[in-house]
Amino acid sequence: MVSHSLALPMICFTALWGLVGVVAPFLVPKGPNRGPTQLMLDSLLFSWLIAILAQANPLFGPQLKNETIWYLRYFWE
Amino acid sequence: MGSIFRSEEVCLVQLFLQSGSAYNCVSELGELGLVEFRDLNPNVNAFQRKFVSEVRRCEELEKTFSPLRPPSPMPPAPQPRELITIEEESERLARELKEVKMKQHRLRSWKTTACLITAKISASGRAHFYEFLLRFTRSHSPSTYLLLSFVAGVVHPWKVPSFERLLWRACRGYIIVDFREMEEPLEHPDTGEMVQWTVFLISFWGDQMGQKVKKICDCFHTQTFAYPETTAEREEILQGLQGRIEDIKSVLRQTETYLQQLLVRAVAILPEWKVKVQKCKAIQMVLNLCSPSVTDKCLIAEAWCPTGKLPELQSALREGGRKSGSGVDSFYNRLPSSTPPPTLFPLNSFTAGFQNIVDAYGVASYREVNPALYTIITFPFLFAVMFGDVGHGLLMSLAALWMVLEEKDPKLKNNTNEIWRMMFGGRYLILLMGLFSIYTGAIYNECFSRGITTFNSAWSVGPMFENNIWNSSVLGGNQDLSMDPNVTGVFSSPYPFGIDPVWSLATNKLTFLNSYKMKMSVIIGIIHMTFGVCLSFFNYCVFLVLIPELLFMLCLFGYLVFMVVFKWIVYTPARSREAPSILIHFIDMFLFMTNADNPQLYEGQVGAAVQLPVMSLDLTPCCFYCNNKVVITASSLSLWLLVCLRLHFLRPLVADEGSVNARQGDVEGGDAEEEEFDAADVFMHQAIHTIEYCLGCVSNTASYLRLWALSLAHAQLSEVLWGMVLRLALRWKGYVGSAVLFVIFFFFAVLTVSILLIMEGLSAFLHALRLHCSFSSIVQLVDLLKKKKKKKISFL
Repeated sequence: MVSHSLALPMICFTALWGLVGVVAPFLVPKGPNRGPTQLMLDSLLFSWLIAILAQANPLFGPQLKNETIWYLRYFWE
Repeated sequence: MGSIFRSEEVCLVQLFLQSGSAYNCVSELGELGLVEFRDLNPNVNAFQRKFVSEVRRCEELEKTFSPLRPPSPMPPAPQPRELITIEEESERLARELKEVKMKQHRLRSWKTTACLITAKISASGRAHFYEFLLRFTRSHSPSTYLLLSFVAGVVHPWKVPSFERLLWRACRGYIIVDFREMEEPLEHPDTGEMVQWTVFLISFWGDQMGQKVKKICDCFHTQTFAYPETTAEREEILQGLQGRIEDIKSVLRQTETYLQQLLVRAVAILPEWKVKVQKCKAIQMVLNLCSPSVTDKCLIAEAWCPTGKLPELQSALREGGRKSGSGVDSFYNRLPSSTPPPTLFPLNSFTAGFQNIVDAYGVASYREVNPALYTIITFPFLFAVMFGDVGHGLLMSLAALWMVLEEKDPKLKNNTNEIWRMMFGGRYLILLMGLFSIYTGAIYNECFSRGITTFNSAWSVGPMFENNIWNSSVLGGNQDLSMDPNVTGVFSSPYPFGIDPVWSLATNKLTFLNSYKMKMSVIIGIIHMTFGVCLSFFNYCVFLVLIPELLFMLCLFGYLVFMVVFKWIVYTPARSREAPSILIHFIDMFLFMTNADNPQLYEGQVGAAVQLPVMSLDLTPCCFYCNNKVVITASSLSLWLLVCLRLHFLRPLVADEGSVNARQGDVEGGDAEEEEFDAADVFMHQAIHTIEYCLGCVSNTASYLRLWALSLAHAQLSEVLWGMVLRLALRWKGYVGSAVLFVIFFFFAVLTVSILLIMEGLSAFLHALRLHCSFSSIVQLVDLLKKKKKKKISFL
């Protein structure tokens, strides 16, 4: 947590899930397994999307014990 | 075209089987496993059928075979001549086995008796004393006539104390008893258990005494033997007996070897016979289902056969005819059928498990959409949402992977334990569930209840200190402090994958997670149900009926999802003070109320909140809610429209005309539909279905909250297990600590597997099954008026 460089992982993941969840379902080879494979990719996408949307705008922050705060200050930064 | 999405096309065929080759044709069809035969003689008693004597013969043979249970090969069905040979040989074998067993039993009991006598005689050391006594009394008092007699025998060792006591009380000291235990245990003649007999020798004088003693001995079920008086006699008898014992032993040994040979031969040939007889019986039972034609030259059968497999059917009939050597070929004829054919799904070992899950609710009708295809993904996914933990998911996947890789092992495949069979049958299901659980565990950021910091956390403590909101005195004074996302730098951007690891350190972790998981459950549930409605469109094949249902669902619950996502996106931490409560808004929408304290989510929300329920509920009379006459009229008209649409497109099938060959009224008439079109009945039925759909939507949405409940329970359980079991050991240091860790890890592992994997796994499985039942109720047509039994094709 020295510098908040979460920008790069964010971009990577958005691109990845965009690929997996939106583009890939069209590229699945036509066979009997087309439906379930598309469904699987979409379900993986949705669970990730919901997790990230829920954290995008937090309306309250984590409540920490003073020892934990001290630990975070010196070990995570 | 057949696929698992819909069932295969099945048609009714009429088979003409020549009398000579009927047996072989049916045998060939059985080997291929193609068809399901219809019963053409439903009114005939089981005992009056044509081939009942053959079936009985086969059953007799099966009874002879039943004592042995060997592994099973797969020979083809036997010809009638072969069957006779099998019959004769098996009878002979059974007879020989019985004889040998009887002889063995008799020899054993002789051996026991002989050994007992020997033991008694040889263990009679005390007898010398008695003899001396006898000689002494005879020599010293020739006047007194003391006749000392002996009774010898064996008694069960448990009865010795009571035997002794009774003898003493009854004979009042006029007898002398001596007990000696035998060296080696011998078989009890009646029960067959090994007992260490006790030999006794009773010396008494007087006739009355003798009778008393004999009566007591009989009472105790002892075996008494004549006791020889002189030593010489004793020696003779002893030698004779010993010789006899040797003889018996050798004869027994030979008998046992012969028995062994017989059994080995039987085991080699028996499995084949067993399968052959089973197949023969099955063929005869199928032949019982056919009806003889007028000329009696051929048998007529009716069967359901997949349309794609008709050429195979023809070649099987030809093969059967060739094998029996008849000149005329059997052939088939396609019939038009009025009852719906049975449902057939082409399954493999992977899909069979999922089809079973869907069938638990109800088997799909012919050519109805089969939810099982998508259940392959949605079932493990819903399970994983409730089970999410990387560590537990990994353990589950490994166990399932072992079962999948070792599935050819006969020990695993043929185990008859019911619970094992269930788990083994569902190995692919468990594997998928485990893999999905690893994924959702990664999203929830839980691995054995510990969080993993793959990326740097998005929340940082530094800016709180830099802005002087916190300093050492604040830290010293307060036990708990909250981070404020409004302070710049505290919160940078959402964690790229899953839940931020800082939440696992927070004391208000559950407040955040509950909100997240509840909203997630509701969103997943509404998407799942909407998906079900769209699937059911393929059943109706009419777009018009789909629209009101979809409208209802989306206007109410789609709006809820919209509100949730809207609040997530639009309300930044800066506006956190004025963030409205979605739940209150949703409730108010149904009650057509507004709450001044609850700010609007967006402009124009009040208007939308009035319009949407009206739009959705105009399928059901709104007279409960609204006084507006116009709305009532509009809503009743819409209800009428919906019901009419259903009536038109979902009219029940025309009545069954019966099969061509069966006599009038002979056919399985249970599936016959009514001739008349009862308008009031059907209207009622469709109205019920509409109401059921509406209520079902509401209750099922609420029931998806079990996704939240179970994932919370799982997370808390694993946290408790970690905190109260393993952490105790991790606090110890040094070598003692490592020993303690070893022991405590054992308990941790046992509790993890038994509680978290097995118990929680079964619980989550059950709840996922419940959710899929509600999903199936949306997709499949459930006939409320008549519970039709939908059959699946079953083969020979």
